[in-house]
Amino acid sequence: MNSLSYMRYELLRTFRNRRFFLFAWGFPLVLYYLIATPNRHVHDFGGSGVSAAVYVMVGLASFGAMNAMLSTGARIAAERGAGWNRQLRLTPLSPRAYFRAKVVTAYAMALTTLGLLYIAGATLGVHLGLRDWAAMTLLLLVGLVPFAAIGVLLGHLLTSDSIGPALGGVTALFAFLGGVWFPITSGVMHDIAESLPSYWLVQASRVGVGGRGWSGTGWAVVAAWSAVAAFLAARAYVRDTQRV
Amino acid sequence: MDGIRLAGLRKTYATPTGPVEAVRGIDLDVPAGQTVALLGPNGAGKSTTIDMLLGLLPPDEGSVSIFGAAPSEAIAGGRVGAMLQTGGLLRDLTVRELVSMMGALYPAALPIDEALSVARVDDIAERRTEKLSGGETQRVRFAIGLVSDPDLLVLDEPTVGMDVETRHTFWLTVRAFAQRGKTVLFATHYLEEADAYADRVVLVARGGVVADGAPTTIKSMVGRRRIRATLEGVGVDELARLDGVDQVERRGVSVELSCSDSDVALRALLGAYPQARDIEVTGAGLEEAFLQLTGDEVAA
Repeated sequence: MNSLSYMRYELLRTFRNRRFFLFAWGFPLVLYYLIATPNRHVHDFGGSGVSAAVYVMVGLASFGAMNAMLSTGARIAAERGAGWNRQLRLTPLSPRAYFRAKVVTAYAMALTTLGLLYIAGATLGVHLGLRDWAAMTLLLLVGLVPFAAIGVLLGHLLTSDSIGPALGGVTALFAFLGGVWFPITSGVMHDIAESLPSYWLVQASRVGVGGRGWSGTGWAVVAAWSAVAAFLAARAYVRDTQRV
Repeated sequence: MDGIRLAGLRKTYATPTGPVEAVRGIDLDVPAGQTVALLGPNGAGKSTTIDMLLGLLPPDEGSVSIFGAAPSEAIAGGRVGAMLQTGGLLRDLTVRELVSMMGALYPAALPIDEALSVARVDDIAERRTEKLSGGETQRVRFAIGLVSDPDLLVLDEPTVGMDVETRHTFWLTVRAFAQRGKTVLFATHYLEEADAYADRVVLVARGGVVADGAPTTIKSMVGRRRIRATLEGVGVDELARLDGVDQVERRGVSVELSCSDSDVALRALLGAYPQARDIEVTGAGLEEAFLQLTGDEVAA
């Protein structure tokens, strides 16, 4: 058995999908240029101490990558809708290999989104040190783990009809409460934010602009969300495959 | 080699209107290499039986053995291929890519070109799966079912949605595959398909096996053949007294004899009335057998 080959085709078909280009890549890029271009000469964006081009780039990096990870759910729901999971159960493909293909694909999409945003940033004159790029990207990749699990979970819980609105809502809530669009620094909102993986994703992206990365709480929150979401995703998968 | 064995299979579904016994005790032994049709109306329990056979659905009672192994083992070993009743294809791949993708999962898959040509999809190999017609999609699903070169091929109502011509071609491809020494089990509610393409027909109705035998055996079980002949000047009552004849109808110059044994009846008819001409003997066909055996539920 060659599950790598299976994964290769999974990647191929994901990257061929035009809707994917449009929403996973196009949307963050358009947003980026819309927000950053008019402010390209602002060197201290909203009191953040960094230029608008940088600030918006890292913000959208976390948002775009989160979106890309969660969109796995939409693909899973569509496949289930077509009965594909039943077909897969008639093959020797193990659940482990199945999940691996899904998660690797999700990461490939997230990384491409990040890469495009970095390039877009460069066109607007963003210069970050190699170490900053690398540190930010690595921490983002870790911060995306819970979203990989949440994507798989939603894909196995919801139908292809309901997954669209659900993902839209989940992404918007995570982005809003996690401080993607504007900084959340104090009060109850901050306490809520700190318990969400999206908050720590934003903190991860801020590493590129001199952020301190994650506190112990950050690592604990990301680990807890990853564990719980992965457990629920595995359960949803089992329950889903038991159904007629 | 051990074949396929279903023993005492039962399955009850909980529905809002109470439990429904979809399968109530199905026993079936299929020797390796046989082509068997599960024939029955919609709702007879064919798909539920197939889902249990494939391990997609745990039976409430009973057991399944595929070549001496549990379904999950047989599947893990790549020995089972199937075309389920419903299902689409993954989009954004060509037919060749999709079949290759599935073939990659198996230990001893067919060469892709061979799988494509056996399923007769080589002409559409470079087309994207989302651009296929219904019949083409079915053929690609068939290619996916056989790409593992399975010893057991299971087809659940595979020709639904195909026109007559496509259906015929499809069964020729199934037969070509079966001739490689494969065991084939297919569900259908098309009587002519079971009749024409199976070695053996298992009639399923209301969750149980009603009859099991060669297509001709099924017909002889209900025993109806008709003799039509042109024969003038002989009364209906005289004809009804012939051996092997049950009922007689006259339509102008021709008579129609409904026979319990058409061989005996034909000899008797020609012995007594050598002037009878335009003789025609017709089988009742599975349709009629089906009606008699399964009662009021009729499909197709």
